[in-house]
Amino acid sequence: MTTSFATFGHELYTGKRSYNFVNSKKIWFIIAAVAVALSILIPVAKGGFNLGIEFRGGSEFTVSNVSTTDASLGEKAVHDVVPGAIPRVANVAGNTMRIQTDQLTDDETNRIKDALTSAYGVTENEVTSNFVGPTWGQDVTRQALIGLVVFVGLAAVLMALYFRTWKMSLSALVGMLVTMFTTAGVYALSDFEVTPSAIIGFLTVLSYSLYDTVVVFDKIRENTADISTSTRRTFGEEVNLAVNQTLVRSINTMMVAVLPVAAILFIGAGLLGAGTLRDLSLALFVGILIGTAATIFIAAPLYAWLRQGEPDLVKQAKKVSHRRAEATV
Amino acid sequence: MARTGPKNSARRVLTWLGAIFVVLTAVLAGGVVTGNASWAPKLALDLEGGTQMILAPRVEGSSEINEEQLNQAVAIIRQRVDGSGVAEAEISTQSGRNVVVSLPGTPSKETRDLIQASADMNFRPVITYGDPAAVPVESRTPDDQLNKPTAEPANASDVNWITPEVQKEFEALDCVNPSTERRERSDPAKPLVTCEAATSTTPAIKYILGPVEVRGQDISDSTFSQVQGAQGSVTNSWGVNIVFNADATEKFKAVTERLNQYYVAAQAQGTDDPKSQFAIVLDDKVISAPRSLAVITDGRPQITGNFTQASAKALSDQLRYGALPISFEIQSQEQISATLGGDQLRLGLLAGMIGLFLVVVYSLFQYRALGLVTIASLVVAGVLTYLAIAILGWTENYRLSLAGVAGLIVAIGQTADSFIVYFERIRDELREGRGLVSAVENGWKRAKRTVLASKAVNLLAALVLYFVAVGNVRGFAFTLGLTALADLLVVFMFTHPMLQVLARTKFFGEGHRFSGLSPDRLGAIPLYRGAGRLRTPDEKPTPVRARNTGAVAEAERRMTIAERRLAEKGQLTGSSKATKEEK
Repeated sequence: MTTSFATFGHELYTGKRSYNFVNSKKIWFIIAAVAVALSILIPVAKGGFNLGIEFRGGSEFTVSNVSTTDASLGEKAVHDVVPGAIPRVANVAGNTMRIQTDQLTDDETNRIKDALTSAYGVTENEVTSNFVGPTWGQDVTRQALIGLVVFVGLAAVLMALYFRTWKMSLSALVGMLVTMFTTAGVYALSDFEVTPSAIIGFLTVLSYSLYDTVVVFDKIRENTADISTSTRRTFGEEVNLAVNQTLVRSINTMMVAVLPVAAILFIGAGLLGAGTLRDLSLALFVGILIGTAATIFIAAPLYAWLRQGEPDLVKQAKKVSHRRAEATV
Repeated sequence: MARTGPKNSARRVLTWLGAIFVVLTAVLAGGVVTGNASWAPKLALDLEGGTQMILAPRVEGSSEINEEQLNQAVAIIRQRVDGSGVAEAEISTQSGRNVVVSLPGTPSKETRDLIQASADMNFRPVITYGDPAAVPVESRTPDDQLNKPTAEPANASDVNWITPEVQKEFEALDCVNPSTERRERSDPAKPLVTCEAATSTTPAIKYILGPVEVRGQDISDSTFSQVQGAQGSVTNSWGVNIVFNADATEKFKAVTERLNQYYVAAQAQGTDDPKSQFAIVLDDKVISAPRSLAVITDGRPQITGNFTQASAKALSDQLRYGALPISFEIQSQEQISATLGGDQLRLGLLAGMIGLFLVVVYSLFQYRALGLVTIASLVVAGVLTYLAIAILGWTENYRLSLAGVAGLIVAIGQTADSFIVYFERIRDELREGRGLVSAVENGWKRAKRTVLASKAVNLLAALVLYFVAVGNVRGFAFTLGLTALADLLVVFMFTHPMLQVLARTKFFGEGHRFSGLSPDRLGAIPLYRGAGRLRTPDEKPTPVRARNTGAVAEAERRMTIAERRLAEKGQLTGSSKATKEEK
């Protein structure tokens, strides 16, 4: 397998084996456009995301090491203290129960804690409570939006400085935005809970997406450095070759990035239930896969497309086809 | 082989890296020996168990809070919490808007109230006081007999402040069973009707107070001590010492001059005048109303009375920390049990180990012996990060949170990324037909730029996340940024020098099939093989599989420099079909 993978890498490098990412751009762009459109429409149709308690406000209890996962015990414990409450009790992982309610007063929180402790037969040390005030969610949302805008802005500046061509910067940013929207779309579609941790993971995904694009674009830039004097390949073909040449690297970096994330995801979700670890890693897991694909299928073909109309490159493309016609005769 | 430049510089760089390790370890060891540092990183409360409150400060009169006020708010809370005897509380600001208070264990209601309590402290002269109970409705003064001010009040102690409304309020106020309802904050320019709560030794008292004369903000310090006797001997009674700032010293002098007159006059008749008292009002409640026994000219009054050491300390703390008009609202409170925290740390570390293991397996699978370089680099980066976190825990009180652990785990992949970029570049160079030594140098030249640019993206993200992060996810951004720096250091100071050294070993240099850099296994046919042995024409690239024939024509158009040269050579000997190229 290794041999074939290394050989696979070689064949991609020389162009013996080649996947036509650039020429099939129409398909990719349509797929991306549909995915982005769905990602915007789905949350609208569903009435928004499944927001975590941090955004809605409320109280949440986590009971660890329960001997029984009977949800009615938790409901009863809450009802005994606050008769009108509508608790949401769930077995989140293994022997961990999560009980969410509307906002409670201090006193109610303490009494429910006691009630849960005895209901599930655990010690006081195994009950965790979390209270989120009504205005906290707005703060969280605002900070997340500021983070998003600041990051995209700074990334745009960094890209412009590094690539020194706005077409490359634009392509990289479009790739990132596609990642952003579709990752959000996956969240909306799957009803994953959106928590501050998930948002941090989400912003990290944007960085991964850009990082990946930088690596691939570096190779593109290298391959197309003397494009005006070369008649071997058209610009689009050079871009496609660069993507193919970095394909093994893309797969490898994606794998090593996603493996630890997967470890957190399955440990986090399987043994701990919802929480910082799971929310972070879920966003990262989805985003890294999409981000890698967006570089290959969107950013690179978009860059080729943006530049193919440039007079110099049109002239160069003519020379290439002219030479090829000559060579086949 | 003669000692060449790259190899020497590689050794030099590796020595520098060793020096960095020695210095960092020595710093931490020094800290541990002197007793303040610990070899283990400090843990945040989500791993240790405890309570985290996020508080939004609210300043009277302005909706926005400036940085200075926020810092004052933090100082107030810190001192209140420390004063309440809670050990190891962490208080910090977040995003320039919120205050985060982390306490071990579960705070008592008193501690929570103390943290949240608004600090509106003022000094108001007493106009009159009375029985704490509300006057029964039937015996209240009829409307037509209510006190009517005869003139504009001349000073803050003037009885002309008592309007019919004030008198009615005074009569209706019940200080025995005070209402817990939160009232609007009083107007400092108007009189105030309020209570002094009962203590174990004193009953509750009901007051009418004049307008604010000195503000709590004007207290620059407050201490408590045993009262000195006439000959400077230390007595058994306790007193609270206040120091006013220059501005308030003048005001306070004027106030005590006036109040002291009432005191002296009353003493002459053997009675007491309420107007000689000066009430310390916190949150519109009287916490103490000492009489003015002397004119205070230096702005350093001492309050004496029935104080115990504890009650003197309590009043002194209230005066000192209650001097800012900032209140706090709990935005979110998370109380994590030690059990859950321990579980999360254990599982977080387990996830990290599994993640690391998977990356190790994948690297060995993909890069064979070169994977060992990846692993060694990861270990070096890991130790660097660990030392940095432990030292930061000591010097900056940095605490590793669950999100921070997640950042470290995610960083395993991101760190390995930069090695992959580098290794793939070396492989590319090998495919171009270079020998390993020059492939390492050339590959590095190209990979360096890419690694720098991509790490810049990572760092940028970490910085943005750190500064805008809310809640407890900031630790993630912090460790992500920290590891990005460690990664850069490692790639430059370990991975690359190691490869420079390894490229000269027999195992890697001759492209052993398990080296991960074997040209054969990469499918490349080098132009020469070390000893100037040229590729023979019969060493043709492996035949193309049938399903790939469609790509052959294109492949030929896309030959590498090495292949092109070979093809040109073949054309000369007439043994191979080659594509003509004009350039």
